[in-house]
Amino acid sequence: MPDNRLGRLIPQAIAAFMTLTLLVAAPVYAQAPSGSNPTAQAVNEQQLLDELRKIEGRVTLPNTAAGLLEQPQGRDYRGFHEGWLPWIGGIAITGILLLLALFYVYRGRIRTQAPESGVKIVRFGALERLTHWMTATAFIILAITGLNFIFGKRLLMPLIGADAFSTWSIWAKYAHDFVSWAFMLGILIMLVTWVWDNLPDRHDAHWLKVGGGFFDKTNRTHPPAGRFNTGQKLIFWAVVLGGIALSVSGIFMLFPFAFTDINGMQTAQYVHATVGVILIAVIIAHIYIGTLGMEGAYEAMGSGTVDINWAKEHHRLWVESQEAKGAIPPRSAAEAAE
Amino acid sequence: MARMKFLCDADRCIECNACVTACKNEHDVPWGINRRRVVTINDGKPGERSVSMACMHCTDAPCAAVCPVDCFYTTADAVVLHSKDLCIGCGYCFYACPFGAPQYPRVGNFGSRGKMDKCTFCAAGPEGDSTEIEYAKYGANRLAEGKLPLCAEMCSTKSLLAGDGEIIAAIYKERVTQRGYGSGAWGWQTAYRETIDV
Repeated sequence: MPDNRLGRLIPQAIAAFMTLTLLVAAPVYAQAPSGSNPTAQAVNEQQLLDELRKIEGRVTLPNTAAGLLEQPQGRDYRGFHEGWLPWIGGIAITGILLLLALFYVYRGRIRTQAPESGVKIVRFGALERLTHWMTATAFIILAITGLNFIFGKRLLMPLIGADAFSTWSIWAKYAHDFVSWAFMLGILIMLVTWVWDNLPDRHDAHWLKVGGGFFDKTNRTHPPAGRFNTGQKLIFWAVVLGGIALSVSGIFMLFPFAFTDINGMQTAQYVHATVGVILIAVIIAHIYIGTLGMEGAYEAMGSGTVDINWAKEHHRLWVESQEAKGAIPPRSAAEAAE
Repeated sequence: MARMKFLCDADRCIECNACVTACKNEHDVPWGINRRRVVTINDGKPGERSVSMACMHCTDAPCAAVCPVDCFYTTADAVVLHSKDLCIGCGYCFYACPFGAPQYPRVGNFGSRGKMDKCTFCAAGPEGDSTEIEYAKYGANRLAEGKLPLCAEMCSTKSLLAGDGEIIAAIYKERVTQRGYGSGAWGWQTAYRETIDV
């Protein structure tokens, strides 16, 4: 019977095991003095940190991410957030304001040379303007609420007190999280509608060489430009590429830990904050030249139409191509209207 | 005043998770939040060690530094606490914390994490000591009653030590000298910029 055979084997197996254990263990007992180091193989904190930069293990909690025991990178994050970031942001924003003020003192408002013709041509259609202003409004809300996370506690909190500042910051946080979708949509539409007019062409090198005519106080330098001049193209690419970087890193933060671990979350913040403050500086310059800095510029995005003489001065090649297409009255007609 | 610290003697921790349970029970911590946890490194391999970890109440705490609304404060006992009234649940403290201590009641998509919760060293929060509202927000205030954190008080192997940093360091030193080994004070270098030389 198999059962009986097994029954007989068990005591034999136990006896053999005990003999074996004694044989193996006996010399160990003989050799080991008290206080031997049972931790000789033990994991060592410093060694783990040196090798892996962080310490991870297993937890019995459902939240397996809690198995991350130590991530000293948190100190680097703090160093960026409280050390580098306020300086990068402060220098970028006050720097651009200072430069624009200097430029205004040097050049003043850039006037249109030719008198108004009275003939208006369409520069931006309704969809273009809607997209621009939706993105612009969203960006201003995002910029203010975003800067609140860097400078709020330094500038605003001492003025309004901790409680009011906390309440404002909660609303600022929600505004930032939800308005961001309008910004992301705007960036996508802008990319699709304006990318063809913003590709580099052969006139860009010349435009850059003469600095776009910005520094000619006589106002005679008007390098030829298509629908968008090189400066505008640079703004476009800064907004689109910066906007994409902000959107991607922002989505990482809107869904914390959904796509990455803690170090990825830290990197997302480094990217988001740095690109954010730089883009704010770029947009301040854009707002300046689109309003105070240049006569006739605001009209283009405000009403959507510009005076044909303004257009000829700033976007000669675009006017010529529009005339060729028959989209606007030919030059002779416009001149006749004068 | 004492400089309060935690010390987990990893050579004694048996991963019983009683500290975790005691903490949850003492402070009535909601489901999903763990102010303390036990992490096992090299689980099942030779040299495996378990470390009980919570907020270490760092010197010059990174969480407090990055908080955009400055809701953290350090008590006279060097315990790092925060105000849930001011906290906006942004999550920055979690990114800055080297020990993963800050916890949030919700997963947190669209900035909806809720108010941060973390180990208080059983010292609760800014509301009046041992009041009901304090208990509801932050849990028990054992320090105000002259007691030390429960996790360490009821640790069965006395692996987890909590109290005046100098006293617990002396206890640990004595242990290491007597038994002849010790894997060090986990997290001390990161949290306090110092370690225990034995």
